[in-house]
Amino acid sequence: MAKLTGQAIIIKGLWTDNPVFRQILGICSALAVTNLMLNTLIMGLSLIFVTALSNVTVSVLRNVTPTRIRMMVQTLIIASYVIIVDILLKAYLPDISEALGAYVGLIITNCIIMGRCEAFARHNPVWPSFVDGIASGVGYALVLLAVAFFREAAGFGSIFGVPLIPSEWTRWTIMVMPPGAFFMLGIIIWVVRSIGGKELQKDETTS
Amino acid sequence: MEVGLTAFVIFFAAIFTNNILLTNFLGMCSFLAISREVKSSLGLGLAVIFVMTWTSALNYLVYYYLLVPSNLTQFRYIAFIIVIAAFVQLVEMIIERYSPVLYIVLGVFLPLITVNCAILGVCLFMIIREYSFLSSIAYGAGGGIGWTLAIVAMGGIRQKLAHATIPKPLEGPGITLIIAGLMALAFMGFSGMIQIQ
Repeated sequence: MAKLTGQAIIIKGLWTDNPVFRQILGICSALAVTNLMLNTLIMGLSLIFVTALSNVTVSVLRNVTPTRIRMMVQTLIIASYVIIVDILLKAYLPDISEALGAYVGLIITNCIIMGRCEAFARHNPVWPSFVDGIASGVGYALVLLAVAFFREAAGFGSIFGVPLIPSEWTRWTIMVMPPGAFFMLGIIIWVVRSIGGKELQKDETTS
Repeated sequence: MEVGLTAFVIFFAAIFTNNILLTNFLGMCSFLAISREVKSSLGLGLAVIFVMTWTSALNYLVYYYLLVPSNLTQFRYIAFIIVIAAFVQLVEMIIERYSPVLYIVLGVFLPLITVNCAILGVCLFMIIREYSFLSSIAYGAGGGIGWTLAIVAMGGIRQKLAHATIPKPLEGPGITLIIAGLMALAFMGFSGMIQIQ
């Protein structure tokens, strides 16, 4: 495995290997929580926290974990951090915890985290794994915020709950309902892949 | 009687009005990855129905008879994921032993079910919505059938789509998401019938 510099890891996580629009991972929560910017932001921060720390833990334990049961170990590590996030949200942000509901728990099965542990942290030292976790998490959070921005603006006419668009503008209620999520994410993937150009389209054979 | 009726309503609501895939966005990863043809979609769908029904029953028992009495509800995520992983492993072993043909047909789909968020999602929703035991099983079975319905329909559409001209960057996940959006719109037509929360 070639050594990666911190900068290269960050660029990979944010753009060239972005978990959402390049690898199509973690789509469930990308669709479910993005009807309000605030919920999305909290979800993004939770995911960054869990990804970074699970990457670190998996990396620390990488030499003592038997290969056969590594998935089980990784799942348990991830679940432990999700429990911490869940307790913290319940204690300090009960409203948002209520709004996110089951989706906080579903961070466990968010393929991004498992993917990063499996693809990166398992083979790499602690510090690069931490940077990788942060970069992937931020890459995920930014895409989610972009989706949420358009959905909240079109659906409620506000950003972070602050009304920006005059009320004469007809609200596109469909944008905050399930179909709007699918359309918005589909369009964002379309736009980003158009910008990305040819060199990035060769890796989309898998989906 | 009351309990039976509610379970029945929940069963149908989970299939149509509250489709686990199109309104709760669960199990999207495998939905996007495996819906390329009807046959593989159906294979995975059947496995999901089976696992979902059983794990919702098992996790209900684990939650209310193990975690609640010992005041460990905070650890439900770990308990649920262990039950799901163990159950999938068990099913895999049983199928391999008694029906090698089915084992080969399902192939890699079976272990993938462990990380299908729809399974964990159903278990978490039934706890949050405080369903009874019977309703939980109905919700699990209905959720699985609804998921299968959506993925098989998508498999059929994508088989036809192979002959269509689509802008290059939109191919694959992009167009699949937009079609899923149209399907979600269509399913919203059911929402006048029943609503569950």
